[in-house]
Amino acid sequence: MSVLTTNYLTPTGREEAWRFTPLKRLRGLHDGSASVDLRHSLITKAALPSGVTFLRENLVPLAASDDVIIERIRGEASETAHLAIAADIEISEPIFLTRSNGSMDSAELSRVRISLGTHAKATVIVENIGETLLAEDLEISLSAGSSLSFVSLQEFDAKTVYTARHHAVVDKDASFRSINVTVGGDVVRILPTVEFTAPGASAELLGVYFATAGQFFEHRMHVDHAVPNAKSRVNYKGALAGKDAHTVWIGDVLIRAVAEGTDTYELNRNLLLSDGARADSVPNLEIETGEIVGAGHASTTGRFDDEQLFYLMSRGISLDNARRLVVRGFFSEIINEIGNEEVQERLMSRIDNELEKAGA
Amino acid sequence: MSVLEIRGLQVSVDTENGSVDILKGVDLTIKSGETHAIMGPNGSGKSTLAYSIAGHPKYTINGGSVTLDGADVLAMSVDERAKAGLFLAMQYPVEVPGVSVSNFLRTAATALRGEAPKLRTWVAEVKEAMEALNMDPSFATRNVNEGFSGGEKKRHEIMQLELLKPKMAILDETDSGLDVDALRIVSEGVNRAKANNDLGVLLITHYTRILKYIKPDFVHVFANGHIVEEGGPDLADKLEANGYADYVSK
Ligand SMILES: Nc1ncnc2c1ncn2[C@@H]1O[C@H](COP(=O)(O)OP(=O)(O)OP(=O)(O)O)[C@@H](O)[C@H]1O
Ligand SMILES: [Mg+2]
Repeated sequence: MSVLTTNYLTPTGREEAWRFTPLKRLRGLHDGSASVDLRHSLITKAALPSGVTFLRENLVPLAASDDVIIERIRGEASETAHLAIAADIEISEPIFLTRSNGSMDSAELSRVRISLGTHAKATVIVENIGETLLAEDLEISLSAGSSLSFVSLQEFDAKTVYTARHHAVVDKDASFRSINVTVGGDVVRILPTVEFTAPGASAELLGVYFATAGQFFEHRMHVDHAVPNAKSRVNYKGALAGKDAHTVWIGDVLIRAVAEGTDTYELNRNLLLSDGARADSVPNLEIETGEIVGAGHASTTGRFDDEQLFYLMSRGISLDNARRLVVRGFFSEIINEIGNEEVQERLMSRIDNELEKAGA
Repeated sequence: MSVLEIRGLQVSVDTENGSVDILKGVDLTIKSGETHAIMGPNGSGKSTLAYSIAGHPKYTINGGSVTLDGADVLAMSVDERAKAGLFLAMQYPVEVPGVSVSNFLRTAATALRGEAPKLRTWVAEVKEAMEALNMDPSFATRNVNEGFSGGEKKRHEIMQLELLKPKMAILDETDSGLDVDALRIVSEGVNRAKANNDLGVLLITHYTRILKYIKPDFVHVFANGHIVEEGGPDLADKLEANGYADYVSK
């Protein structure tokens, strides 16, 4: 065990990037006061298919970061858990990674890399479970022509604090899709960020979150269109129920002057299921060239639609079941994209439970 | 044998400019097996009557009563009314994103029957109901009413009528927006429900053409929030010829 030294600028909460985050609940991850344990929680769930390896290596970061927690992780943790998928292989079944060794007594500073060789194709599902204090620097590298569906399931126990950056670097004609599902934990703060390094690259950032009483979930995208002819889509859907449930969605999309032919659209929809919950939603599109295919954003926050509930109930369905159907329906658009029935059904029942727990 | 009794029903709707009285004392009794047609000008309150009986939260009941076999319908929640045997085929059926027709139907049937229908017989039952209304099987996997054409939404309503087997059905302009073939198909569905379940029907319409297929026992003229005249099937023909001019001034 060691204690972090405060070499980095500690956020005060006034910074744009930190203005929503309840710093006091980060248990010292942001200011270095957390004691650090050299544990490695990420493990494989089953034997890996051929062409895939999962090893601890010394890797240089793919991209710089201005996030203090990421800087701390890089300063402290030398080894990176590296899931490497060789070039030209296509893996039809999802590769599952999961967590072990959680602890709230000390923090884990985790470095993870997922890399795909040229024209490789895979689905990786990370099951973030348990009770833990975890800060993570997760980088994803997609070589030319490769395709990755990256599913990150935050099904943590109630006390967990998880802060992470999931940064993808997407090369020529590669397509990246991430699905973030955040339904558990005390504080979850994820920065799904993307940079394109060559034309023809595409990224689809999908997510759902469901915060109940007291939970804070933040998803802060950043998509950097720094090359021509890349495409990005963002679609996050959230539900909130219970006192002091708080979610934050930030969609920063930057279209640089060189990024002609950019096609981007971002969407965030929130369903407020009770009073006392708060959903912050801030789309932010910065456009430095007019020569684009399209750029748009939309953000909505609403309550249950009375007409939908009435229609369902007029067929004998109880109010509770009608709400359950509507919430499941709301999330299904994204959950169904995971492409694994077992996981999808597990998440849907978790969502049912959250709804029931909230009594919304 | 069931009786739906509406007595002196007064209903208002809340608007931005305060509450507006719509129904001004409606009296109507419908028995099992009977078909009552209601015709009346736009905005006279026909849908308000239908929604009030079904329990839509937008409407406030200010007076009168609605009972089904003596039970106080107005005291029931919306789902309890359905369980009591009431069904409303809506003028504008609602889209429910992300909820498949098959999941919706099964959830409704489970609620109304008190237990989940046996999977094997249920699948056959739904298939048959869809075929009877000339609906493609692919509708089962589509989201409820989402992207349905106007006519498809109406067929979906009558398919539910046949599957859910209520005692009393209110059909709010089910014929509007149907092509000639669909009108016949939908009417046959209503007639099957009448024959099989001794269904009582309150049929709201603007046109006599549906009454050629679904024969009304009574025709009521609705204007300015209440029933202004009652008669037999020939009253409908008179209305079609003369319009409502005689009634709206009253
Ligand atoms: N939310 C509302 N705000 C204002 N007025 C309303 C509202 N809901 C209903 N009304 C009014 O109540 C009156 C009755 O409406 P209703 O829909 O019952 O008429 P209708 O007889 O079914 O007409 P149509 O033949 O056009 O379907 C109309 O004047 C309508 O504008
Ligand atoms: Mg109407």
